[in-house]
Amino acid sequence: MSRRRHSDENDGGQAHKRRRTSEPIEIEDRLESLICRVGEKSTSSLESNLEGLAGVLEADLPNYKNKILRILCAVARLLPEKLTVYTTLVGLLNARNYNFGGEFVEAMIRQLKETLKNNLYNEAVYLVRFLSDLVNCHVIAAPSMVVMFENFVSVTQEEDVPQVRSDWFVYVVLSCLPWVGKELYEKKDVEMDRLLSQIEGYLKRRVKTHVPMLQVWTAEKPHPQEEYLDCLWAQIQKLKKDRWQERHILRPYIAFDSVLCEALQHNLPPFTPPGHMPDAQYPIPRVIFRMFDYTDAPEGPVMPGSHSAERFVIEENLHCIIKTHWRERKTCAAQLLSYPGKNKIPLNYHIVEVIFGELFQLPLPPHIDVMYTTLLIELCKLQPGSLPQVLAQATEMLYMRLDTMNTTCIDRFINWFSHHLSNFQFRWSWDDWADCLTLDLEKPKPKFVKEVLEKSMRLSYHQRIVDLVPPTFSALIPAEPIFSFKYGDESGTSLPGYPVSITVSNAIKNRASNEEILAILKEVPNPNQEDDDDEGESFNPLKIDVFLQTLLHLAAKSFSHSFSALGKFHEILKNLTESDDGKLHILKVVYEVWRNHPQMIAVLVDKMIRTQIVDCAAVANWLFSQDMAHEFTRLFIWEILHSTIRKMNKHVQKIQNELEEAKDKLEKQQHKRRDSGDDEDMEKNSEEDEEGQLEEQIERLQEKVESAQSEQKNLFLVIFQRFIMLLTEHLVRCETGSVDISTPWYKNCIERLQQIFLMHHGTIQQYMGTLENLLFTAELDHHILAVYQQFCALQL
Amino acid sequence: MSVKLNALNSDSYIEVSQYRDQHFKGNRYEQEKLLKQSNTLYVGNLSFYTTEEQVHELFSKCGDVKRIIIGLDKIKKTACGFCFVEYYTRGDAENAMRFVNGTRLDDRIIRTDWDAGFKEGRQYGRGKSGGQVRDEYRQDYDPARGGYGKLAQQHRSTERPNSF
Repeated sequence: MSRRRHSDENDGGQAHKRRRTSEPIEIEDRLESLICRVGEKSTSSLESNLEGLAGVLEADLPNYKNKILRILCAVARLLPEKLTVYTTLVGLLNARNYNFGGEFVEAMIRQLKETLKNNLYNEAVYLVRFLSDLVNCHVIAAPSMVVMFENFVSVTQEEDVPQVRSDWFVYVVLSCLPWVGKELYEKKDVEMDRLLSQIEGYLKRRVKTHVPMLQVWTAEKPHPQEEYLDCLWAQIQKLKKDRWQERHILRPYIAFDSVLCEALQHNLPPFTPPGHMPDAQYPIPRVIFRMFDYTDAPEGPVMPGSHSAERFVIEENLHCIIKTHWRERKTCAAQLLSYPGKNKIPLNYHIVEVIFGELFQLPLPPHIDVMYTTLLIELCKLQPGSLPQVLAQATEMLYMRLDTMNTTCIDRFINWFSHHLSNFQFRWSWDDWADCLTLDLEKPKPKFVKEVLEKSMRLSYHQRIVDLVPPTFSALIPAEPIFSFKYGDESGTSLPGYPVSITVSNAIKNRASNEEILAILKEVPNPNQEDDDDEGESFNPLKIDVFLQTLLHLAAKSFSHSFSALGKFHEILKNLTESDDGKLHILKVVYEVWRNHPQMIAVLVDKMIRTQIVDCAAVANWLFSQDMAHEFTRLFIWEILHSTIRKMNKHVQKIQNELEEAKDKLEKQQHKRRDSGDDEDMEKNSEEDEEGQLEEQIERLQEKVESAQSEQKNLFLVIFQRFIMLLTEHLVRCETGSVDISTPWYKNCIERLQQIFLMHHGTIQQYMGTLENLLFTAELDHHILAVYQQFCALQL
Repeated sequence: MSVKLNALNSDSYIEVSQYRDQHFKGNRYEQEKLLKQSNTLYVGNLSFYTTEEQVHELFSKCGDVKRIIIGLDKIKKTACGFCFVEYYTRGDAENAMRFVNGTRLDDRIIRTDWDAGFKEGRQYGRGKSGGQVRDEYRQDYDPARGGYGKLAQQHRSTERPNSF
């Protein structure tokens, strides 16, 4: 919220005094503030505040009508959690000024068209919902709203359009019904019945291949993870059965009924849904996250059932509050906790469920993961007597259900829990989880605990973790993150590389030049080479091993020391890793020496990619190599892989942006030249030179973009190929041995494949053709092909 | 069409604070400009024992960290409780201001603030005793930051009989 308050006197950080005769800009800011703040905590009742504000706005209409229209349209779009407050306000204004009401409706329709044109589908939902609630405020005539809904639902009859398009139009209509269902049924029940029956038919024939990919848990118990339209349909069905009696939504307009029903209503202008455009980006489908029901909140108000309209409305509103205030965690927490109607619901449970629902949302959370951690901490601060307990209960439940939880969600759970604990001295009743100690360490529960302890160690230190858990947990405690130097101890002295490692070490300490060091390294025998081979630059793994082990050992003290070492000896490292074999081997050595410190491995790999000592494909090949098979299910492997893919994507993006900038610059130059007319020859020549240079630059950048995109495509191909190989091997082995395919390794691997698609779906889209032709063909095992098909279904 | 409402645009956690580096080489205008475009954060109230690794782990939650420079006692060249964290993009640094500032690292509430950018020499404490200025004058006992403040330590030692 802006620090500005209502009154004119108190004015944020502005140094000058407010003038008595208020300037237009100040009036507009004041109007904005008044409108945005109505409905917040106040000494007066909401009704009297609305009444007062309506009076003020009515008086300002002659001078500030357009501004007021714009502000009201904006709050309709941006503050959906306060929907009914603003529809009431508009209702009061319409009752006082019929023309204004009409102009507002027109402005809203214009805004709706704009948002749809700009792919802002979520905001468009709020606008339509606003319009529908205006029926309750006697601003819009019910029959015209029904006609709009009929036009929306008719989209389900369109052919050759993506399913996500018709999904959206059905969703909009259904999601308005908790607010306006009663009123519409009272006026037009025949038409509404027809509408709902059409929707029902559509929902029955909809394809739902995408659902398994988006579910947080695969189990149906205790709470089925339903597809969002199915859930909403069930909620509306129940609402209809209850004769549209909805008791949760705050409806300030009821208090003004006598005033509002005197008002004249407007008809919505006929609204044809804009046709499908190829570049339209409809929202992708969702699965509704459920972790609590009324049995989980034993005392106090009862939690509305999963198929109640109340549940839908509460969750919508809480999601909207987070969407509005996510940048300011204290405000966000306060707004969530002051949710109107909180005394009738177990609010803490709803809040925790909505927050985890967002954190675990597939493919991606709506906001950055760390926001949810700090939001939960703020909530705990504001409700220290109740929220921490609900959070602990939730954590316990999540732990109990790990066996069927999606691997990507488990990753997020690990990161959230360890970060959360680090803010509370890592206090937790670890003994409660002793059951995991009897399980195979690859099973989800012990694996989860192990990863949590590892992450917790990164935020503290090894001994802290040792002291933290009961001694029975020792198998799950991470290794001490120390360097493993093969040339360092007694047994090292007999190794072939030992003598050179000593020489190199001394050379480095004595600040020898790169040439001197390379000369020393020439002495390293090549285990791969035959004696009579030429001394060419062929790949010598021992050379790499000796140099890198020695160097990293000297620099082991901290990240900065190691980065400095990589920088200082960059030339040598590039020399050693010219070949693909060299690149692969350097990664092997890094792993060997730092295998107990995965965090260090990750930052070194990152540095080596950024300084082009290794490339992204080499990292992918290394992670999938046989040498790393025993680490394949560990979290750090996937963090490295996804970080690598992200770097690749950012690199392509960067060059594309440079190309766009250069193109823009050229265009501007050309315009300038055309507009400048007859200038001196000298100037014209220099301008042409500049243009020529730009054109050359654009050509070079074009090549760079193509080469980067080619590298990016290749990276994904490598990754997918490797997945297919590994999974096929496993499936064939199981089939021939008549063994169940569903091992913990398999679940992890297939979900990691899913994760690649989900986390990078935007980028992968461009390569669909290649993927389908080369890799995900019909010959593939159906288990693997299913993942690809689910991914495709997200866009249908 | 997309009207931005000032009243709804609040993002107070990323605002620049009142602190200005007195040693900054340049005028006030230049400093403001750099602060507004900076990708670098000053991080304060660290324990002397907090490591680069711990800082990296926490701040990586907001995006890829470009580099970390641990603040050092000018005389002892040991960590003295602050550091700089530089991100590749400003957006990531903004998220750190929103979600890491005011939370705990190594059990201490840490504070982040915009920094005009690291320059050689700025990694050293500016207190007379070599550490940070705030550790010169503070009166409380903080075991993770060398115990009592330096001035308070001197007073304590003058109370004891001479030891030479």
